Amino acid sequence: MTQDIISEKNLVYKPSSLLTNTTFNFCPGCGHGTVVRLVMEVVEEMGIQSETIGLSPVGCSVLLYDFYKIDIIQAAHGRAPAVATGLKRMLPDKFVFTYQGDGDLAAIGTGETIHACNRGENFTIIYINNGIYGMTGGQMAPTTLPGMKTSTTPHGRDVATAGHPLSMTNIVAALDGSYFVTRQSVHTPAAVRKTKRALRTAFESQKLNKGTSFVEVVCSCHSGWKMTPLQANRWMEEHMFPYYPPGDLKVDGRQLKIGNDLSVVA
Amino acid sequence: MKELRLLKGNEAVAEAAIRAGADAYFGYPITPQSEIMEYLVDRQPETTTGMVILQAESEVAAINMVYGASAAGRRVMTSSSSPGISLMTEGISYLAGAELPCLIVNVTRGGPGLGTIQPSQADYFQSVKGGGHGDYRLLVLAPASVQEMADFVALGFDLAFKYRNPVMMLADGVIGQMMEKVELPKPLPKRETVEAWAVTGKTPERERNVITSLNLDALKHERHNLKLQAKYRQMEREDTRYDTYLCNDAEYIITAYGASARISKKTVDLARDKGIKVGLFRPVTLFPFPSKELATVSQHVEGILSVEMSAGQMIEDVLLATRCRVPVRHFGRNGGVVHAPGEILEALEQFINSKEKQHQE
Repeated sequence: MTQDIISEKNLVYKPSSLLTNTTFNFCPGCGHGTVVRLVMEVVEEMGIQSETIGLSPVGCSVLLYDFYKIDIIQAAHGRAPAVATGLKRMLPDKFVFTYQGDGDLAAIGTGETIHACNRGENFTIIYINNGIYGMTGGQMAPTTLPGMKTSTTPHGRDVATAGHPLSMTNIVAALDGSYFVTRQSVHTPAAVRKTKRALRTAFESQKLNKGTSFVEVVCSCHSGWKMTPLQANRWMEEHMFPYYPPGDLKVDGRQLKIGNDLSVVA
Repeated sequence: MKELRLLKGNEAVAEAAIRAGADAYFGYPITPQSEIMEYLVDRQPETTTGMVILQAESEVAAINMVYGASAAGRRVMTSSSSPGISLMTEGISYLAGAELPCLIVNVTRGGPGLGTIQPSQADYFQSVKGGGHGDYRLLVLAPASVQEMADFVALGFDLAFKYRNPVMMLADGVIGQMMEKVELPKPLPKRETVEAWAVTGKTPERERNVITSLNLDALKHERHNLKLQAKYRQMEREDTRYDTYLCNDAEYIITAYGASARISKKTVDLARDKGIKVGLFRPVTLFPFPSKELATVSQHVEGILSVEMSAGQMIEDVLLATRCRVPVRHFGRNGGVVHAPGEILEALEQFINSKEKQHQE
C-alpha cells in the first residue's frame, strides 16, 4: 500500500541535490539542520552551485563541509568574516557566505563581524543565535538571556557581573556598510518559509554589490537549554523573541525601526 | 637594462611584490614596517596589475584575510612586526595546517611585550620553531640586504606554492629601514594557473574542494601530520640556502643571519686586518637550517661565535648542527640595541684568548 503512493507526482519534498549523504551531526530538533538544508535549497534553486563558496566556523556547524557539495573553507573561531573578505576580494563575481553561531560571531568574532559589515563586504552572513555555546556543552554566550542558566552561569546570568544580551544584528543594521539585515526563526513551517525567502534575498543582494547581507536565525538549543525540542521552541518564543524579535531590520539599504516590522512573523 | 633604485628595505618588498604579480596584500600598521602598506597603496597597483591592498582592522583579521584569499589559489602576502606576528600565529598555524601558500614578511623589533620599536632578532624561535600550536614549520628566509628583501619576494611566493606552505621573510628593523641601492626584479606576469585544490566554485568537471585543518579522526590526522613532516624533510633536501665569507682557511667562524651577518662581515674584515683567520657562515634559510653545511665548514675550526641581536636563539641550531664538537660562544646585544663591528671583534678576541689560555694550561 505504502509503495503505491511513492511516485514522482506525489512528491512534496526532497532534500536538495547539493546535500551529501552524510548524516547531520546536529541534535534532532535543532534549528541548525533546517537552516543548513535551506541554504543549499536556495543555492540549488538559484542555480549557483558552481559560483558559491561557503565558510564553516568553529562550533556546532564546523563540519558544514561534510554536508555540502560546494567548495568550502573551514575558518578559525570567529574569523569567518575576515576569511570571507579575503576570498571575496579575490573572487568578486562569486557568491560567498559564512555560517556562524553566536559564540563564533557575537563573542570571539565580534571585531571581524563588525568590520566586515562596516566595510560593506559583499557577502552573506548567516548567523544562528541560540543564546548558548552548543558544541562545548552549553556555556554562557554574549546572547544568553538575563537569569538564563548555562553551565558557566549555573545560578542564572547575572547582568551585573556577566553583562547583557548582545544583539549583533541590531548593531550590524546600524552600520552604513550593511544592505540587507533580517532576523528570522525556523520553529514553525511558516517561519521556515520566511527564512528561506530571507536567505534568497540575501544571496540575490550579492549581485547588486551594495553591501553585506546578514540573516540572523533565532534557534533553540534544547540540549543546552535542558528541555525537550517542543519545550525549547515554546521557551524561545516566550523568552528569546522579546530580546531578539523576528523581522527585517534593513531592506534595500534602508534601516527599518528595529523590531517594529513584524510583518514576516504575523 | 638594469633598473636601479635607492630604496628602504620595506619599500623594496612592496615594489617587488607588485613586480612579482602578487594578487593581494592584507596588513595592519605597525612600526618598523608600515612603509610596506604605505608604498603599496601609493603605487595603486589595483589600476595596473589588479593587486588588491586592504588595511585590516587587526593583525588577526589580516592573516585570516590572507587565509581566505590564499584558499582561492592566489599569490597573497601580509607583513607585520613582532607583536603583530604574535597575533597572527593562530592564523599561521591554520595556514600551515590547511596547506595554504602565502608570504609573511616579519620586520622584527625588540620584545617581549610591546618592547621597543628598535631592531631585534629575538623572534627566531617564534619564526623558526613554530610559533603557533601544532607540529608545523614555516620556510623562513632571512635577508641581509635591501636587495635580498626585494629578491626574496618572488622566491618566497615560488617556494610557498612549491610546498603549499606559508613562507616567512624574517627581516629586522635594520634591513627594513635602511636605504640601499637595489636592482629591481623584472615584472612577472600574473599567475594564471588555477590550482587544482583552490576553492573557486565547484564545477561539474571536478569534485568539491575543501580547505580545512580539521580532522576529528586521530589516525587520519596523524597521516596528515606525517604528510606535513615529509614536506618539511623535502624542504631540507631541496631548499636549504646559506652563504659563506672567507671560510676556507678560517680558524674561527662567526655564524649570523640578517643584519647581524651584515655587521659581522665587517668584523671579519677588521679581524683579518689584524691577522685573525675568521670567516662568516650565514644561514639564508633559517628553516630549513643549513646544518650539514655548517658541520662541514666548521670541521677544522677552533671555535664558533654565534652573533645575534638576541640573548641567543639561533645558537641552539648551531650547537645541534655541530653536535657540540666545536666550542660555541654567543655574542649579541638585545632589547633593540644593535651591535657594532668593533664590539663583535672584541668578543671574538676574548673568545680566542680564553681558548689559547686553555691550551697553555
